[in-house]
Amino acid sequence: MTAEAIIQSLASGLLMGLLYGLIAVGLALIFGLMDVVNFAHGEFLMIAMYATFFLFAFFAIDPLLSMPLVAAALFVFGAVIYLLIVRFAMRAKANAGMVQIFSTFGLAIVMRGLAQYFFTPDYRSVTNSWLGGKTVSVAGIFLPVPQLVGALVAIAAFGGLYLFINRTDFGRALEATREDAGAVALVGIDQNKVFALGWGLGAALVGLAGAIMAIFFYTYPDVGASFALIAYVTVALGGFGSVFGAFAGGIIVGLVEASTAMLLPPSLKSVGIYAVYLLVVFVRPRGLFGSM
Amino acid sequence: MDSAFTERRRRDLIVAIALAAIAAVVPLFVKNVYVQNVMVLTLMWGALSQSWNILSGYCGQISLGHALYFGIGAYTTVLLFTKFGVLPWFGMLGGGVISAAIAMALGYPCFRLRGHYFVIATIVIAEIGLLLFHNWDWAGAAMGIEVPVRGDSWLKFQFPRSKLPYFYFALALACVAWFVTWWLENSKWGFWWRAVKDNPDAAESLGVVVFNSKMGAAAVSAFLVAVGGSFYAQFVSYIDPESVMGFQFSLLMALPAVLGGIGTLWGPLLGAVILIPLTELTRSYVGGSGRGVDLIVYGGLIIAISLARPQGLIGLFAFKRPVRSPALERKEAVQ
Repeated sequence: MTAEAIIQSLASGLLMGLLYGLIAVGLALIFGLMDVVNFAHGEFLMIAMYATFFLFAFFAIDPLLSMPLVAAALFVFGAVIYLLIVRFAMRAKANAGMVQIFSTFGLAIVMRGLAQYFFTPDYRSVTNSWLGGKTVSVAGIFLPVPQLVGALVAIAAFGGLYLFINRTDFGRALEATREDAGAVALVGIDQNKVFALGWGLGAALVGLAGAIMAIFFYTYPDVGASFALIAYVTVALGGFGSVFGAFAGGIIVGLVEASTAMLLPPSLKSVGIYAVYLLVVFVRPRGLFGSM
Repeated sequence: MDSAFTERRRRDLIVAIALAAIAAVVPLFVKNVYVQNVMVLTLMWGALSQSWNILSGYCGQISLGHALYFGIGAYTTVLLFTKFGVLPWFGMLGGGVISAAIAMALGYPCFRLRGHYFVIATIVIAEIGLLLFHNWDWAGAAMGIEVPVRGDSWLKFQFPRSKLPYFYFALALACVAWFVTWWLENSKWGFWWRAVKDNPDAAESLGVVVFNSKMGAAAVSAFLVAVGGSFYAQFVSYIDPESVMGFQFSLLMALPAVLGGIGTLWGPLLGAVILIPLTELTRSYVGGSGRGVDLIVYGGLIIAISLARPQGLIGLFAFKRPVRSPALERKEAVQ
């Protein structure tokens, strides 16, 4: 294998990794806020991809333009899911951890079932979008345009999130709630409202990722499952709750996946990601950037 | 000795023997093959969930990777039989021993992890196992292996013409898993596990060897699940990586316990009796041609029960008072 091919595949790995970070960051945000892992996160990605596909198929809105619409729709969806399900799961007196895991798992199964029922199990794809199938050459390396744009969106989203958490009142309320939810209630911040907005924001971020993914990946009811596991690994690698750990975790996962694909048969490429996860948590049981 | 606790344990044992006796005569009256099939699956998932419950319920180490042990049990039996002519009964034991050994080898690094880090590690390890079997040509890779079926035989544990032998084996498996749980509940291990689940640090400080008790729970749990896996392989007589090691098996093992009552003696069986017939019915009556209705019903049920009854359905039974340990009652008697 030539040096050029190696650089080529690491470069695509990096782009994909930034996108993995964007898929995973909503999970990390929600976990950091309220110690809840959303096991339906992959299904959030799935409906974002369907939303993008249908906006394209019925209204001919290019994924690049529908991205904000999809993110806004997912924001509402995430907040509603919090108010309808997660809010009650958090009140459980017995087996609290178990209830959170299985109520969101149940949600994932229902969402998959609904997608099969209404959208059929067929594979859908957005054809002839502005970016789809195009490549660009940067210093002799060919990069797929959708992934490149996805990586740029991911970087912008992380930058925006950083400013948002540090510079706005809501961001500060978010940070304060994750530090000490009880004390926050005392100073008059409605904890429920912060949690609902947190879920909305987390879902909106995966919405952005979904709009990009729909350009170059098939959309089908089970699409979330494969990306969900990668998202959990990404978040856990970075350390649960660390938003910027998810960014770093995504890049690592993308690069490891690309390297594994060069060394092992393509069907084993995920083994590398899983092995790195295990190695990292065996050495650092709370991930790379998680607080001990 | 505290009479209330031993009294409850004696009653549990009597109820279990009575239920097993009733279950044993049911297939003599119910001849419908479809119904018999559902009964076999119910008992099998009850047994599996009971075994899962030992590690995840009693000891509190939530595993969503038990499909690995199920698959290893299935593959060991089928590979030994098709490649070397070893009878499935030995394969069953071999699969159990291998799984228990693997569970301890994996537990060694994994039991230092807590919470979600542990859960994700179990999912990821089972996924690695699945991918390796997918690429292992000698073991049939993605195509899987078929068990050559030559007619009814107890020696080869295959019965193409009747469900009854499978039914009785599944019943025996459920009884064994229940009895092991019943017995361990009142042993030193059982008390250690509950202490580890409630507060590992406090348990450690009181002299519980936390690490060893997790390892013990993992080994027992993995052994029983592997026996279930090798039974399943004989029952369906064809296996491939997805159909014995897929993630859905890990989930299916956990659900009956979660619905019935995690960390309880009767929860897994109760959950299986409700969940498995319901799944099979929705699958055959409304689920046809991948419409997804079965998934909607199933997922909806999981959400509803986990929100409405987080302690599991077992709490609905009035005779089931909260588990009271002799130590606790002694303490109260002193006060």
